Amino acid sequence: MSHAFLDGYKPLYFSTTEWAFIRAACARLIPSEGEGPGALEARVPVFIDTQMAGDFGKASDWYMLGPHEPGANPLLGFQSPLTPAQIYRQSIALVDEWCTEQKGKAFAELGPDLQDEVLRDLQARKMPLKAELRDFFVLLLQNTKEGYFADPIYGGNYRMAAWKYIGFPGARGAYLEWANDKGAPYPLGPVSISGDRG
Amino acid sequence: MARRQKKTDVVIVGLGWTGSILGIELANAGLKVLALERGADRDMIQNLAYPKMIDELKYGVRHGLMLRPADSTVTIRHSLRDTALPYRSLGSFLPGNGVGGAGVHWNGHTWRALPEELRLKTYVLEKFGASVIPAGMTIEDWGVTYEELEPHFERFEYVCGISGRAGNLGGSTQAGGNPFEGPRKRDYPLPPLPTLLNGKIFGDAAKAMGYHPFPLPAANLSDAYTNEYGMQLGPCNFCGFCERFGCIGYSKSSPQTCILGALKRKSNFSYQTRSEVLRVELASDRRTATGVTYIDEKGEEIFQPADLVILAAYQFHNVHLLLLSGIGRPYVAETGEGVVGKNYAYQMTGGTSLFFKDLNFNPFVGAGSSAMVIDNFSVGQIDFGKEGFIGGSYISSGQFNGQPIRSMALPSGTPTWGAGWKKGIRDWYGHSMSIGSHGSNMSYRDCYLDLDPTYRNKHGQPMLRMTFDWKPNDIRMTQFMRSKVESIAKFLNPTSWVSGYKGDSSHYDVRPYQTTHTVGGAIMGIDPTKSAVNRYLQTWDVHNVFVMGASAFPQNLQYNPTGTVGALAYWSAHAIKHDYLRNPRPLA
Repeated sequence: MSHAFLDGYKPLYFSTTEWAFIRAACARLIPSEGEGPGALEARVPVFIDTQMAGDFGKASDWYMLGPHEPGANPLLGFQSPLTPAQIYRQSIALVDEWCTEQKGKAFAELGPDLQDEVLRDLQARKMPLKAELRDFFVLLLQNTKEGYFADPIYGGNYRMAAWKYIGFPGARGAYLEWANDKGAPYPLGPVSISGDRG
Repeated sequence: MARRQKKTDVVIVGLGWTGSILGIELANAGLKVLALERGADRDMIQNLAYPKMIDELKYGVRHGLMLRPADSTVTIRHSLRDTALPYRSLGSFLPGNGVGGAGVHWNGHTWRALPEELRLKTYVLEKFGASVIPAGMTIEDWGVTYEELEPHFERFEYVCGISGRAGNLGGSTQAGGNPFEGPRKRDYPLPPLPTLLNGKIFGDAAKAMGYHPFPLPAANLSDAYTNEYGMQLGPCNFCGFCERFGCIGYSKSSPQTCILGALKRKSNFSYQTRSEVLRVELASDRRTATGVTYIDEKGEEIFQPADLVILAAYQFHNVHLLLLSGIGRPYVAETGEGVVGKNYAYQMTGGTSLFFKDLNFNPFVGAGSSAMVIDNFSVGQIDFGKEGFIGGSYISSGQFNGQPIRSMALPSGTPTWGAGWKKGIRDWYGHSMSIGSHGSNMSYRDCYLDLDPTYRNKHGQPMLRMTFDWKPNDIRMTQFMRSKVESIAKFLNPTSWVSGYKGDSSHYDVRPYQTTHTVGGAIMGIDPTKSAVNRYLQTWDVHNVFVMGASAFPQNLQYNPTGTVGALAYWSAHAIKHDYLRNPRPLA
């Protein structure tokens, strides 16, 4: 499948190698094979890049003053001194380094099965990431799903393909005639905040 | 030295539900009222309109209408032995911010506390004896009875235009309503919302099992309505963007739609946004307040003199202000002495997702309160001695939204990513419903609020520290409810189902959203050595300071708090208007 748009996209935040990692990771988290769009068709990497360059990546809304205890009980929530954008940057470098040492190639160059193995290890915290980076996989997976399902104004969910795939009508915002107990399938496709129809 | 403003009769801290209620009641009594709101203005047309509001990422996920932890947060720990750490990003609870407060973005579940809940300690002692109260549990009576609050519950319901069906009219049980509720004088102002498929099959199963299903009382309107202030609302169109969102249709009861439009037209009411109160200032004898000091949007510190100070902020911000102002004796967990910060409690929730491969639920068709409920296991219906816990829960099946980032229940064993996840979302989005348990949480000697020794807010003040964890009593309660919910789930015979309830090894996890129904810390009561405010929500020590909101709850209800918070605000406003103003003094 052609991903000419992603090939031509100039990331706002990620470097060339980081961008290769993000594209490769998204492609495994929501693969293109099978029914429905994959993360690449939905342009999820563009969403993640935009988020990292914006308020979310900068943790603008979060309380970020110290003292920090990044290794604290995880039940007490996010405690890293690093912003999400910094966590992505440092983690990608470490994962690529680890992949090169262990598997001989950077993450993006590995085959899909090995990539899946690396992602599973990351998720299971088998990868030696320092405490400041322990939320990396959680952020990556969450941001990937956000980009898949958020309104297209944020750069992902291209042409509302993810909404059409599952049957979510987007920003229609009016269902009074469907507020009943009949269980009939809803017949209309989605609309977006910008007024596009799918 | 702070700049001094011209004196006002009343200053209100926070312009959410309770600030708006006190604002209009006291302005209608002829007083000059100023409300100070630390967040932004929120206007129905400018800020809460279609289509920009229909944005799951901005408001549902990034919490666009909530208080940013960067601006204000708390520290949290599980026990007195632990070091509390900041709640740096929002998860477990979502404090509101801006004009309208959480009243802008609530779902609209509008309950009355049960008569038994308002006199819980006495009820337990009379019916089951002191032996059922575990060591360390510090439950209390509220100091106000259901009978006293009844007209004020009704008032709030009629200001909101609640859609529902009475179950107990003056002691007479009404078919189709909640037979276990306290007696009400009038039915709800509007009929219930239409029932969706999940509610229908849940209600049918519940009925067949001998329970008493009824529609959840909803602040989503089922018809056009005009309230006593002349505010007009329209019927809810089930847009599926309610909780965490402002209403695009004037169909959700909120301070904006029910009160503020009328209040803003009054010349003796004014409000200022981006104005954050730092403390209440006291007279030299510390028996009265002289006003409040706040920081305005330019960062200037300003003293606002007032005869009457109403704290109407979010629950723990009220407690924080009392502690920072030196009003009332701070609670000390080690000794159990002091009152301010005492009895912080949360709420115990759990749920079961049911998957039906052949049913279409159209999950995006939802109102914030479109649900069917049973109250057969409420606080008043359970034998605490036999079951081994104090508490209760309502069990419901609601369909509030189908926003796909957050509302994507998948069967057990579905991978969290990859081809299996992608197939799972296709197979199961639209084919699942949930049954939830929304339960009480008792108060305990070592669950409380005080000032943090380390972390400071952006104004250099000590942050509020929360010490809280789940206790065996409340875990037993939710496990009891799990057995009831799962028996209904089995009766419905779904393709599969999956449960999530707190268990024996559960500790409080601040990461996943649970509920914003935090309570206590400035509890009401009849004994000044055990409560921070009296039965009229007046602080015991400083008679011209009244504290609204769920900070007054001595332990948590099994219900969503807003109906009771609204009733308490009208109850307190009534006492201020008809008693306090004639002769300002301690009312109890």
